Amino acid sequence: MLTRIRAPEEAPPKVQTELGSVRLRDVRKTFAARRRGGAPVTALDGLSLRAAPGEIVAVVGPSGCGKTTLLELVCGLAAPDAGTVEAAPATLMAQRDLLLPWRAAADNAALALRVAGVARDRARRRAAALLADFGLRGFERARPYELSGGMRQRVAFARTLLSGRPVLCLDEPFAALDALTRHEMQDWLAGALAIAPRTVVLVTHDVEEAVVLADRVLVLSPRPGRVIAALPVDVPRPRLRTDARLVALRERALRELRA
Amino acid sequence: MIAVLLVLALVAAWEAYAQLSGIDEFVLPAPSAVVAALHEDRALLWSNFTVTAGEIGLGILAALVLGLAFSVAIHFSAPLRRALYPLLIGSQTIPIVLVAPLLVAWWGFGLTPKLAIVALVCFFPIVVSTLDALDRVNPELRKLMRTFGASRWQTFRIVEAPAALPGVLTGAKLSVAVASIAAIFAELAGSEEGLGNLMLKAIPQFQTARAFAAVLILSAFAVALFGLLALAERRLLPWAHRSEGAAT
Repeated sequence: MLTRIRAPEEAPPKVQTELGSVRLRDVRKTFAARRRGGAPVTALDGLSLRAAPGEIVAVVGPSGCGKTTLLELVCGLAAPDAGTVEAAPATLMAQRDLLLPWRAAADNAALALRVAGVARDRARRRAAALLADFGLRGFERARPYELSGGMRQRVAFARTLLSGRPVLCLDEPFAALDALTRHEMQDWLAGALAIAPRTVVLVTHDVEEAVVLADRVLVLSPRPGRVIAALPVDVPRPRLRTDARLVALRERALRELRA
Repeated sequence: MIAVLLVLALVAAWEAYAQLSGIDEFVLPAPSAVVAALHEDRALLWSNFTVTAGEIGLGILAALVLGLAFSVAIHFSAPLRRALYPLLIGSQTIPIVLVAPLLVAWWGFGLTPKLAIVALVCFFPIVVSTLDALDRVNPELRKLMRTFGASRWQTFRIVEAPAALPGVLTGAKLSVAVASIAAIFAELAGSEEGLGNLMLKAIPQFQTARAFAAVLILSAFAVALFGLLALAERRLLPWAHRSEGAAT
């Protein structure tokens, strides 16, 4: 199925939020051994990272280099063993959409509003308005299992935006989608962020996704993870993934990853 | 379809054997005799059925209320879980055959001991399947709720409780089967009415067909109750049968 996914063009963004910054300094995080007698695992060591308000920072790295741990630190779901984490309130969007299967799309998108105590009807109206912006008009009452993977991910992104958190942590948000949908969703996300800017920490193993979306790409070392290269992406948006500068950056990031 | 044919064939074979072998009717009544008893004793069977059905229904209801409260308490408190879970498994090894007469001695021939026995038997499947469902809730959903600033109770109400509902219904379905047996046991231990009481009295009176009719009614009731729960599940929780749910 090929749905046309357009970036929301209408100018007034439905969700305005004060922008926030993220700052990690010399962070170390160690996990106790899974098995008795095993060695403890150090996921991150000496990692420093900064995201300015409104900046999109992509973090790429080999599997198991502590990328997800990094996001949990930023979201306040875990505390570092050493170093400091200063971050504006952040929320997490995972690879799996994590929609509640018994709730309609609008109610899923309104989840954070409901948690914050917004009345059901008001929360639903705000969610429906944002879903309409995201090309999901008419699907407000659909259950997640009635939606395609790309649609579900857009509902999940609406839910993330409506949480009103100034920082978004995206953990391989499109890894579970097929290649075609993934490309469309990347373009869509770039458009959505242009309209509703957020400070974003995007973790991915897809180097192309990183250079297409980010203002800056950080390359992490194998475990214990720390930043081994920082590549600014000075390419104006909207970007074409075939742009020579992006292709060159992608190759450089891949070289750093292999080093 | 095949099940219906199989049952029909079995009934036909049973009828043929009962008619042709000359076996005494109080040893093995023919299906036709059971059907005749169903018709002749319908008033008697019905009044006793309502008693037993009440014991089963109210017993399951009591087990649901207590079992859910117990599961939620254990879910919220790890020390409580460590303290009470072994007791739960211990409670399941209590031989009902032994306890039923005791309860009758304490509480008399009325409804109370029957309720206690049915509830005791149904408690275990309900608690185990509910706790299991609560434990299987995707931990990533809990993290998501935390980043939204949700309290422990909000996470329970919005995510965990609905996610555990299919488990609760599974427990209820399992308990339907054991509840009927428990109710009959309780009536055998001491009662003045009910299908179990009727069976107990019918055998020495050589009314075997009537006892069979009572068994038939009880089975039909259990099947109907089970079907009702399955229907409720499909109606109320259509998402539970889809594979792409995040919470399952």
